Amino acid sequence: MTRTTRMAGTATASSGRRLSVRGLVLSGLAVCLVLAGVVSIWASSNPDGLEYVAAKLGFDTTAGEHATAGSPFADYLVAGIGQERLSGAIAGVVGVLVVAGVAFGLMHLLARRGPRDALTADAVTTDERSGSRDDG
Amino acid sequence: MHVPDGFFDAPTSVGTAVVAVAGVAVALRRSSRELDERTAPLAGLVAVFIFAAQLLNFPVGAGTSGHLLGGALAAILVGPWTATLCMTVVLTVQSLLFADGGVTALGTNITLMAIVGVWVGWGVFVLLRRLAGPSRPALVAPLAGVAAFVSVPATALAFTLLYAVGGRADIPLDALATAMVGWHSLIGLGEAAITTLAVGTVLATRPDLVHGARGLASARPLEIRAVNA
Repeated sequence: MTRTTRMAGTATASSGRRLSVRGLVLSGLAVCLVLAGVVSIWASSNPDGLEYVAAKLGFDTTAGEHATAGSPFADYLVAGIGQERLSGAIAGVVGVLVVAGVAFGLMHLLARRGPRDALTADAVTTDERSGSRDDG
Repeated sequence: MHVPDGFFDAPTSVGTAVVAVAGVAVALRRSSRELDERTAPLAGLVAVFIFAAQLLNFPVGAGTSGHLLGGALAAILVGPWTATLCMTVVLTVQSLLFADGGVTALGTNITLMAIVGVWVGWGVFVLLRRLAGPSRPALVAPLAGVAAFVSVPATALAFTLLYAVGGRADIPLDALATAMVGWHSLIGLGEAAITTLAVGTVLATRPDLVHGARGLASARPLEIRAVNA
């Protein structure tokens, strides 16, 4: 379903029948879940650029124990799940869901601010805003 | 490029925390010009995508890896103020839940990746778009890639400057600058590829939602949206 809506959206983008915002977001979320829960298994476990440079120049030693090192999801692993790939995959999916909850909630709240804010910040008219509200 | 606790001295960490709080406060206010009921879901998706993509370290040679930073990507898709908020959400969840990026370094990480990375990326993009001419929508995705590339070594350079101010170890700064900018230029190539692909995908489906394409010829059929959506 995801694939067909995406293809339909692409094919008709210029002709007017476009993928709905909901369709775009749901397709995107599905992609993110696959990235975090499946593709991440093949991610490189080498140190990243900063970690590598810090180790090479010897300033990595100043790093302290992380304040949330006791988190059940510390280092993108789930405490109690020893199988590393499974543990990492679950942690990735949990992260996607948590970020989604916070980010969609925050953006939704910010977008619903009174028109006064939007009016002072931009030239959006009250009519246009109420029009786009019906848009869902 | 998540800075752990302990890299910077306390005054520097406090200083970047103040910068971060101020930057996020302004972003919360100014994002109202970028967010509406149509773009808010895209902004949520951008944050989720950046989190997921940051799990995917790609090798850049010699035992080093890199991952997407995402600041330029977010700025071009949903606008720079909203991008700062997207990055802040991601960095905060990473630090608190996954112990990735120090808690006392959260202000530093927000300053580097949610402010410097976002605004360098956005600034380069706007400059290039202006140079390319007003009605070249086909160039938006490639220009986004170039802006994303520049944003990564620029953020690495900002880290180096910050280290010169308040790094806790006594290391040669020229060596630090060379290594940071050098490795992050390689990582920037991955940043450019992912950003071009992601911006190109949204442009192909809903060009009207892409903040960086606002005002370009094929990207403003707002009347059509009202009829169809």
